[in-house]
Amino acid sequence: MKKEKVVDVVSNSARFIAQDDIHEKMHDKNLWNARVKRDRIAASIPEWEQLRELGSAIKEHTLNHLDQYLEQFAANAEKRGAIVHWARTAQEHNEIVYSILESHKVSSIIKSKSMLQDECGMVPFLEQHGIEVTESDLGERIQQLSNEPPAHIVMPAIQKTTEDIARLFAEKIGTDPGNNDPTSLTEAMRNNARPRFMKAGAGMTGANFAIAETGTFVVCTNEGNADIGASVPPLHIASIGIEKVIPKVRDLSIFIRLLSRSALGTPATQYTSHFTGPRNGGELHIILTDNGRSERLAMKDFWRSLKCIRCGACMNTCPVYRRSGGLAYQSTYSGPIGIILSPTFDLKKYSELPFHSTLCGSCSQVCPMKIDLSDQIYKWREEVVKAGYMPKMRRLAFKAAGEIFAHPGQFHLAENLGAKLLPIIPDFLVYSKLNPWTGGNDREMIRLAKPTFREWYLKNRKEQNNG
Amino acid sequence: MKVGLFIPCYIDAIYPEVGIATLELLEKLGVEVEVPHRQTCCGQPMTNEGDFESARCTEELFVENFKDYEYIVGPAGSCVKQVRVHYDKLEQTPDVRHVRERTYELVEFLHDIIKVKEFPGIEFPYKVALHNSCSSIRGLGIAKPSERPGEPFNKSADLLKMVKGVELVELSRPDECCGFGGTFCVTDEAVSTKMGRDKVSDYVSSGAECVVSPDMSCLMHQQGVARKMGITTLPFVHIAQVLNGGPFKNGKL
Repeated sequence: MKKEKVVDVVSNSARFIAQDDIHEKMHDKNLWNARVKRDRIAASIPEWEQLRELGSAIKEHTLNHLDQYLEQFAANAEKRGAIVHWARTAQEHNEIVYSILESHKVSSIIKSKSMLQDECGMVPFLEQHGIEVTESDLGERIQQLSNEPPAHIVMPAIQKTTEDIARLFAEKIGTDPGNNDPTSLTEAMRNNARPRFMKAGAGMTGANFAIAETGTFVVCTNEGNADIGASVPPLHIASIGIEKVIPKVRDLSIFIRLLSRSALGTPATQYTSHFTGPRNGGELHIILTDNGRSERLAMKDFWRSLKCIRCGACMNTCPVYRRSGGLAYQSTYSGPIGIILSPTFDLKKYSELPFHSTLCGSCSQVCPMKIDLSDQIYKWREEVVKAGYMPKMRRLAFKAAGEIFAHPGQFHLAENLGAKLLPIIPDFLVYSKLNPWTGGNDREMIRLAKPTFREWYLKNRKEQNNG
Repeated sequence: MKVGLFIPCYIDAIYPEVGIATLELLEKLGVEVEVPHRQTCCGQPMTNEGDFESARCTEELFVENFKDYEYIVGPAGSCVKQVRVHYDKLEQTPDVRHVRERTYELVEFLHDIIKVKEFPGIEFPYKVALHNSCSSIRGLGIAKPSERPGEPFNKSADLLKMVKGVELVELSRPDECCGFGGTFCVTDEAVSTKMGRDKVSDYVSSGAECVVSPDMSCLMHQQGVARKMGITTLPFVHIAQVLNGGPFKNGKL
């Protein structure tokens, strides 16, 4: 894969906030509301924490026996008539998809939401090969028409206002520019999409869960778009990340109970569809895709990220994500889960992401799979430092701070010099000469105290001094 | 009971009154307190940046300074969390283990160890917005995080309710991060100050007359933001100052 330059998530986020008084405010409010709904519905289930424990334990067990469960899944899916492919990389995944389409002479496909297909860069690949691709999830379609990647795992266009969408639809599908009514805009898109479903030569889906015991895979949507896509065209291709497998049908209920409650605060997605083999007269291809997952599984501190069921709860709760917008991360996955997954694809490119967090820990609390997100963000910082990707000025500043703090004499001298020479916190607390504490003029200067606590103590409690 | 008082670097340099309040409060409660002179910092600014090697000597110095105390008490949740949770890269000698196990945040210490029941003679007749830091809530467990179902508890609130006159106001997002985040506040200025402004706006709409926290670092950031927003009359004080009845900067609240 081509290495790209470091994503400047800080500047991207600053732009998202500065663009106007509407977008960031709405984004924060809508996602916070999802978090509040999640809290409420979680509290209504007495065994909520037990469900999280169970879900996490099942995932950890499966990941520790991944080879067996994957082979079991593949064998059972084949028994039910599916054709199973194995893709080691994104490139292999995309080539398999294209070869299936080519052999069936398909020139137009309809697809539902799949983070894996986004991760593989599948749509641009197919388009380069002359295939017309239509996203059928409303949010994904909005992003596709805007030439933007999804900004959120389950709410891809959450960073857009209704007015943004009205303007986009007016331009792209000819709605009335004065029409800002969400219901009628949705209806217009539904009408626009319908013929695309009818003419598509293949329907593509992802999968939320793959059940080893039966060879079934399960797709959860709220719009039913995956179901039409999988039912109208004669050919169904499903891309499934190898971490999606779970052992048994009975395990599924745990995950279904957690997924939509965590994502949107609703009891379940509107559609929870099970696909076991092709439908009568149809053809079903399953592409089990690795794309870095095996490597991640071998990472002592980071393998638990593979438990993720892509609910987006960590994004909804993340106070930094809510102010930044998902596009700021310039990665398939944004928010806390994006911070811990993206560096596994390209550490240098995403080396700034682990620092785009206050480590408040809320993500770890909401994660239905109990992924230690906040701890992993912290640990990725160490990896970035070890790999030498910290900006030099920052590295030197903290090395210098370490020197000062390790020597009481130097520390007290620095405090004194700071108090005399600078009416702001000295350089060991604020590394930049430009002093970003007040750089954007949004924070008042800090004044050092005279005397310090230590000086006060020496003066006032000298007689009790322990030396 | 011999307690080593841990005064974080920024409290020493910027908020000595918080150190004084903590010291006086503990002494008033009959605790024998010593202040090791050679203390500097807990190492957090460096490890927060992923740079443990630059923090190692500072952390070793901390252990050396505090290893002989029965308890180590510091009026700062994130610094205490640093010692308790993040001193895992040092060799785990008996001294290191002792210091990690015995370092308490002030609220925890008052609430769980000496089990304070009252603050006689102390009055604080104000509507108070309480800010427990993320490190204190999700790192040390001094209050139930809003994400978790179950019976609510809040050790800081329990202590404040023992002070005559305190009226706690309700916030719309009581444990949302304020955007301080240690080094984050300087490296990610736009998001940090936006979060700070949202926090301050929540205080303002709650009708709070004063903001109280066991973490002065969050308040340093919040107050800086509030003043730039033109909110000049809202005081930001440490919980030790309330429980001890002062002292306050410039002698008044």
